[in-house]
Amino acid sequence: MQHKPAPDLGTDAASGFKTRIGLILFAIYGLIYVGFVLINTFSPQTMGQIVLAGLNLAVVYGFGLIILAIVMGLIYSVICSRAEDRLNPPEEK
Amino acid sequence: MIYEASPVAIGVFVGFVVFVLWVSFYFARRTRDAKGYFAAGGQIHWFVNGIAFAGDYLSAASFLGIAGMIAFYGYDGFLYSIGFLAGWVVALFVVAEPLKRLGKYTLSDALDAAFNSKGIQLTAGISALVVSVCYLIPQMVGAGALVTPLLGMPHYVGVLIVGVIVIVIVATAGMTSTTYVQFLKGGLLIIFSTILAISLLNQGMAVNEEHPSAHKLITLDATIGADGTVIAVADASYEIISQRQQGKVQLVRLQQDEIQTWWSVSSSEGSAVELQEALSRTTTAGGTLLYNGAPRSEQRFFQVGSLANLIVDGEEVGSLEHTDPFQFLAAIQQSNVTRFIPVSFEDDGESITVWYQTVTPGERLMRPGVRFKLDEGSTLLSKLDFVSLMMALFLGTAALPHILIRYYTVRRPRDARKSTVVAITTIGFFYILTLFLGMGAMVNGVLDVESSNMSAPLLAQNFGVILFACISALAFATVLGTVSGLIVASCGAVVHDLMHHFMGMNLSEKSQVRNGKIVAAVVGGIAILLGIVFKDINVSFLVGLAFAVAASANLPSIVMLLFWKQTTAKGITASILAGIVSSLGLILFSPMMWDIYGLDAANAPIPLENPGIISIPLSFVVLVVASLATQPDRTPVAVAPVSAEMIAE
Repeated sequence: MQHKPAPDLGTDAASGFKTRIGLILFAIYGLIYVGFVLINTFSPQTMGQIVLAGLNLAVVYGFGLIILAIVMGLIYSVICSRAEDRLNPPEEK
Repeated sequence: MIYEASPVAIGVFVGFVVFVLWVSFYFARRTRDAKGYFAAGGQIHWFVNGIAFAGDYLSAASFLGIAGMIAFYGYDGFLYSIGFLAGWVVALFVVAEPLKRLGKYTLSDALDAAFNSKGIQLTAGISALVVSVCYLIPQMVGAGALVTPLLGMPHYVGVLIVGVIVIVIVATAGMTSTTYVQFLKGGLLIIFSTILAISLLNQGMAVNEEHPSAHKLITLDATIGADGTVIAVADASYEIISQRQQGKVQLVRLQQDEIQTWWSVSSSEGSAVELQEALSRTTTAGGTLLYNGAPRSEQRFFQVGSLANLIVDGEEVGSLEHTDPFQFLAAIQQSNVTRFIPVSFEDDGESITVWYQTVTPGERLMRPGVRFKLDEGSTLLSKLDFVSLMMALFLGTAALPHILIRYYTVRRPRDARKSTVVAITTIGFFYILTLFLGMGAMVNGVLDVESSNMSAPLLAQNFGVILFACISALAFATVLGTVSGLIVASCGAVVHDLMHHFMGMNLSEKSQVRNGKIVAAVVGGIAILLGIVFKDINVSFLVGLAFAVAASANLPSIVMLLFWKQTTAKGITASILAGIVSSLGLILFSPMMWDIYGLDAANAPIPLENPGIISIPLSFVVLVVASLATQPDRTPVAVAPVSAEMIAE
């Protein structure tokens, strides 16, 4: 079994909390993504409407989905790390 | 060939590839045991790992395929960027953390920890292998597409070169080297793409007549008769050879100085018409290949893609320089773009493809629907095909074996998360650039109508041969990096999952590494063959298919294992098998494959190009049904606490 490198993490009291946060963020992003796909599928003309700085909805929504993924990733990372610090005893090193 | 091989380009290119190999060998000396070989010992710094994640993910498809698809079809290509990035949300929020908590580093190990089932070991190993091979195909196709213009070699030589180099890298070094190679490559790819995008915005764009480097499109005045056929060309040096109506376009074959070329007839006012220059590729009855009426070496084939008119802030102008990102996109939105559309037919014993000019409003190109049939001529089926693609892209990332494996190369969960955020940020930034690079290629007269995959490197060539060589070398290294990562994942699947666990072979560390190397050579050989077979297909499209297979085979098992405590070993085994068989089966009977078999694509038994919408739900359903039918089976002890909490919420 020498090929299993992943370290033993011990018990993580924050795991349930982290899982829940992950699912909530996923649900929010998933809904926004589904909205994007549905507009593209059933009303591609709507995507052609100019909405901001001469850019149409397709570009703004598309860039928005990319930026939102980055922002939500950051939020998730910070929330999870704080939860680990709060809920787990200090690490012994 | 429409672009010449330059000694500078070849020098920079070869230098870069040698450098990458040197890095691999350098780090190889530090890697001795199996643990180091497969997952770099869990010791990589999170930032390095994050950029390497990006290096892994930004494959030939991202760089070559998406830019090419945008350059040919506009916004539709950008949908791949959006889907590929959105997939990271699933990977990070839903899958990565709980899997790492199981303390395992391949999907098979994780599943095994919960069930210790032979069936799972076998099917998970097979699935990792199948998905890796599917994802290898587009990488190899991309490699061939790159080498053709750069070194003046045939496509298959490019595929062979990549295959052999990668087999050498993997067989000698393994994962540690690929992490640093991926870090280097991922970082450089972002830097050079940014330089390219800035150069592009600085140069701006211009209508065809005023463009500094684009081929100036010629029109000829001509007269048509009462029946609509062309009866005379004003320039008497042209002789009319033949003409035909091909779908909506009227084509005329003219001869001047013994060279035959094709022209399209623009809409007429009375009897006066204009003939517009087209591109043609003719295979004569004797098998000779002619480009615009002459052998390739005479370079009569030209690069295309230009603005028919340019409107900035509502005013028509000739050129727009030193622009900003918003103005750039807004200007294309308002302007009109000349694109070249292919038609193929037989004429006088010759097999001919003509690319004729058509003017598409920018408004049309900046929203979906040019490649995917969503409004004009759309059917329920074509809409379903689109949804199917977007679903596979969203769900595929988390199921790719070579991406997840990198989540385990850092020590602590928070470092794995930080790595992933670094990766998402880097990749997201890159994907935003793809829209500019693709649109830039579309309007700057750089496109090769025969190869959408070459659009980004050709755009770079517009800004000088050094940038061209650097971008091409990077793209080539991109392929090397991704392919080596995939082959390592395949080795892991075969050696750990199949040989060590399933067959119960008690291998020493040394023999594990040796077997890994043999597997690397075999998988590399298969990838080389398939790379040659699929050479004409856009690589993003091929990656979309690989994502569909990955999502169908792996995602239901991962998700249900983590979140549904009634999941059983037999349920997972059945789901993985159902996912692989249904997605591969749907692809093998799809229009694309019918085309490759040499049959009429319209007769393909499965009218869908993208299988995800059928195979992913099917795999979930099979898992649930099979699990419920086999309830006395062991429950997943290792994850029970997570599931229990989830349900209590």
